[in-house]
Amino acid sequence: MIAIINYGLGNLTSILNIHKRLGIDAVITNDFKTIENAQKLILPGVGHFKKGMQNLQESGLQPLLEQEVLQKQKPVLGICLGAQLITKHSEEAAVNGLGWVDAHTVAFDTSKLNGLKVPHMGWADINVLHENELLHNIPAQPRFYHVHAYHFLFDANEEVIATTEYGYRFASAFQKNNIYGTQFHPEKSHKYGMRLLENFSKL
Amino acid sequence: MPRVRIIPVLLLNKGGLYKTVQFKKPQYIGDPINAVRIFNEKETDELLLLDYTASKEKRGIDFKKIEEIAGEAFMPMAYGGGIKSFEDAKKVFDAGFEKIVLNSILFSKPQLIKEITTVYGAQAVIGSMDVKKNLFGKYKVFSFSGTKNSGYDPVDWAKNLEETGVGEIMMNNIDRDGTWAGYDVSLIEKISHAVSVPLIACGGAGNVAHLKNAVTAGASAVAAGSMFVFQKKGMGVLISFPSEGIKI
Repeated sequence: MIAIINYGLGNLTSILNIHKRLGIDAVITNDFKTIENAQKLILPGVGHFKKGMQNLQESGLQPLLEQEVLQKQKPVLGICLGAQLITKHSEEAAVNGLGWVDAHTVAFDTSKLNGLKVPHMGWADINVLHENELLHNIPAQPRFYHVHAYHFLFDANEEVIATTEYGYRFASAFQKNNIYGTQFHPEKSHKYGMRLLENFSKL
Repeated sequence: MPRVRIIPVLLLNKGGLYKTVQFKKPQYIGDPINAVRIFNEKETDELLLLDYTASKEKRGIDFKKIEEIAGEAFMPMAYGGGIKSFEDAKKVFDAGFEKIVLNSILFSKPQLIKEITTVYGAQAVIGSMDVKKNLFGKYKVFSFSGTKNSGYDPVDWAKNLEETGVGEIMMNNIDRDGTWAGYDVSLIEKISHAVSVPLIACGGAGNVAHLKNAVTAGASAVAAGSMFVFQKKGMGVLISFPSEGIKI
């Protein structure tokens, strides 16, 4: 069973709906027992970084997630803000992130955007950098739905599994051991999104 | 180049889908669930569902219906119509929509935008405005399904919406609605240059060339009703969408 972590932010219903469609057992939950019993975790989220970290701390979910992800090595998939929270820090707020990967979350460098508007909102072809279980059976340049004003910036490129171009190239999906994250929204990206979530469920 | 979003607009009224001409003469299109399923199969970029008379007729939001519709949509979905409070917005997000559309309420309660964006982010709120020319040929913003003249000039109102914090602005041209005559390109140009948030153009699209014209004029996304639900002007219902989008 996959636990879709409810920490009060984001469109959880869409993520649940697509799992129902795919016939994958998933629940929206903030119940500690349910999260401990789940085989995999999805950390969703749309909204402000500070609010996200605040909610994870106040609910007591942060230490629980650390136990499940870092000690028990459960596969986790961060989506959008959920993936940004996995980085060490965000320019959006003066608070630290979960820090599970060697990356920061930074604002779009508008000087390099040639007039493109922020937030980046819409479909974009991602570039799959190398074969990966999460992106298995997905063509080299599938389109995914993006909505964000900030993006990941990795210290080294080994953990980056896909990039997206919007004015310039940025890391849009990552993997470090059991920890996965996407800047884009697989739950709103038709067939390639379905395939990605199916791949995650089979890890 | 980034892909331009092409957004079918579905008008909901008491559980059915309709299409209007200049905000009048609603014609029945069919069942919304069926339509959304077809748009799913066609891999549509994004969908906009508007209960277009909810505010005018003081109806509440049909949460049961819209939740059912969102459950069928595996693409980004926005809902507008009758949202008057943070609680309304929260229930719409919980129903499975990622964006909400605010229009009439913004004339009496502009602070609602901030209340929603501080929790859900600016990208989740579309400020929509319906525009038509008054008797003297001047553009004005109308509310309550085009029945009430707010007195605002569309460019001023767009700037105001941006300042108040919406993530996107949608401009719907009432005079062109359902006419297949093409977008109001000069107005799109004026508004898109006056604001820095994305502008969704709506009203008048009849073919792909029209969509391209709107983008050239500065629209970040293009929305249309008739051309995605009818075969041709004056002809029968046919739900369609160019597969995998159109690269503009």
